[in-house]
Amino acid sequence: MKVEGEVIKFGKNIDTDVILPGKWLSLIDPKDLAKHAMEGLDPDFPQKAKKGIIVVGDRNFGCGSSREQAPLALKYAGVQCIVAESFARIFFRNSINIGLPVIECRGITAIVKDWDELTVDLETGKITNRTTNQSLQGTKLPPFIMEILTDGGLIENLRKRMNKK
Amino acid sequence: MNITEKILAKASGRSTVQAGEIVDANVNVVMVHDLTGPLAIEAFKKIGINKVWDSKKVVIILDHQIPAESVKMAELHKMLRKFAKEQNIRLYDVGEGGICHQVMPEKGYVEPGMVIVGADSHTCTYGAFGAFATGIGSTEAAAVFATGKIWLKVPETIKFNVEGQFQRYVTPKDLILYIIGKVGVDGATYKSTEFTGSTVRNMSIAGRMTLCNMAVEMGAKNGIVEPDETTIKFLSSRIAKTSDYRWLKSDVNSKYEKTIEINVDDLEPQVACPSSVDNVKSISKVGNVEINQAFIGSCTNGRIEDLRIAAQILKGKKVKQGVRTLVIPASQEVYAQAIKEGLIEVFTDAGALVCGATCGPCLGGHIGLLASGEVCVSTSNRNFIGRMGSPEANVYLASPATVAASALKGSLTDPREVEA
Repeated sequence: MKVEGEVIKFGKNIDTDVILPGKWLSLIDPKDLAKHAMEGLDPDFPQKAKKGIIVVGDRNFGCGSSREQAPLALKYAGVQCIVAESFARIFFRNSINIGLPVIECRGITAIVKDWDELTVDLETGKITNRTTNQSLQGTKLPPFIMEILTDGGLIENLRKRMNKK
Repeated sequence: MNITEKILAKASGRSTVQAGEIVDANVNVVMVHDLTGPLAIEAFKKIGINKVWDSKKVVIILDHQIPAESVKMAELHKMLRKFAKEQNIRLYDVGEGGICHQVMPEKGYVEPGMVIVGADSHTCTYGAFGAFATGIGSTEAAAVFATGKIWLKVPETIKFNVEGQFQRYVTPKDLILYIIGKVGVDGATYKSTEFTGSTVRNMSIAGRMTLCNMAVEMGAKNGIVEPDETTIKFLSSRIAKTSDYRWLKSDVNSKYEKTIEINVDDLEPQVACPSSVDNVKSISKVGNVEINQAFIGSCTNGRIEDLRIAAQILKGKKVKQGVRTLVIPASQEVYAQAIKEGLIEVFTDAGALVCGATCGPCLGGHIGLLASGEVCVSTSNRNFIGRMGSPEANVYLASPATVAASALKGSLTDPREVEA
C-alpha cells in the first residue's frame, strides 16, 4: 500500500479544535465536515487539499478531544495520509479506524517543505521525498493495523471478521 | 505490576502483562455523548448486527449541547433517544444527568478495577476511582458496542508522587496545571500517569477527578489513583456492592518509566496561558490581564467542592461590571446540592449567571462563546485557538478560586489576595 502526493506541512501540537472547531460537531455528513477542515489555522485548506495531499505534522499531531470528526474532515477534504513526528493517541486510533493512513516518522519535518512530492510506503514504513530525493524510515504499522487500513477501516474489518465466525 | 497493569491483566484474562504488550481487554462500560454518539450509531449500523453486546454496559449521556441549541442538535438528540429505546440502553436526558464524566460515577457506572472506555477524551477522569478509563473515537465505540472488547497497548507508566499541604485557595487544579507545565502537552503521550503520595491520599474525590481528568492534556492514555476509603465512601451509596478493591495497589517493585516528585507546600495558584495547556505560569508571573468572561464549570471543575470555593470568594460581593460570569454545575445532582447549600443565591447575588448542567462554553458549542479580541478565564481544560469561540479570543485556564477572584477584580487575580 503506497500513498503519493504533495505535502502541506503543519507545526507542533496541532489540536483537534483547530482541525475541526467545536461549533461544527453537529455536522454528520463527512463532506460537510470537510469544508471546515483546518479552519482554525487555514480556512483555505479544503481548497488546497482537494487534489489529494499528504499532511506532514510535527510532534503531538491531533492532540485534544476524541472527536472523530477531525480525521474525517481531513480525509474527506482530500488528505490521503498523515506523516508526523508523533501523534496524540486517540487521533491516531481514530484515523486508522476510519481508514486514513497515519505513520510516525522522526525527522520528517526536517526533510520536507510545502508542496514537496512524497511517497509513503505503508508496508515498509519508508517515506521518500521525491522532490529532494531524501528518504526516512517511519515506524512500521503492525500487521493487524495494516489489515484494518487495507479493509478500509475498523467497521469493514470487523464486519469481515464477524462474518468469518 | 502497577495498578494499571493489574487491571489490564485481569481484563484480558492474563496473570501478568508488561508495558508494550497488546492485549484484548473486556470492557465493563462504554459511554458516548451527544457529539460522539451519532457517529457511533451510524458506524454500529454498518457492522450488520442488530443488538449491542450488553445493553446494561452501554450508557448514552446528553451533555455537550443541552438543551438543544439548534434544530440540527435536536435531530441528533432525537436519533440518540430512538437508538437507546430500541436497544434498551440507559440514556440520561436533559434534566436527568449533566456532564458525562460527572454523571458516570454519580450514577454508579464507575467502580475500582473496571475497564471503561468513552467516546470523549476526558473519560480518563474515572481513574480517580481506581478504574482504567480512556477516551476513544466514535467508530471504536461502535466496535465496542458490538463486541464488548477493545485492543489496548499496555502503557509505560509515569508516577507523580505528591507530598505537602496546599496553601489556602491553592487547589488540585493548580497542581495538575503545574504538572502539565512541567512535563508538556505531549510529555505523557501513550502513557499511564499514576498519582500517589500523601497529598493525593488526603485529597477529595473531586480533587482526584480534576487530576485524572487533565491527564489527557499531557497526552496520557489514563490517569489513575489507587482506591481507598475516600473512594468507597463516595461510591457506597451509588453502586450495588463494593467489591474487594485491596488488590488494586501498585506492587512495591512495580516498573515505572520515571517518578516525578512534587511538593505542594509552596505551590502558587497556576494559570495556563494562551494557547497551549502547558504554557503554565504562577499567577504572580502572569502580569495584568483584563478579562471579559469568567467561567466556572466543566468536567474539570464543576463539582460541588469547586462551587463551594468559588462561592466562598464571591459571597457578599459583586463581580466587576463588564465581566460576564458563568457558573455551570457539572450535574443536576451538583446543582441541587448547590441550591441546598445556598450557593446559587451567592452566585446570582454576585451578578453571575447560573446555567443548567452542560459542557457549555468549554468547547465553544453553545452558551458563552467568545468574540474576537475577548479574554476568558476558565476552570475548564483547554485553551486551544478557537476552543471557546472566535480564533482571535484568548483563554486562560485556572482554578475555581482564581476564576472567582478574577471575576471580582476584572483581571487575573491571585485568590489569596482577596479578603474573605
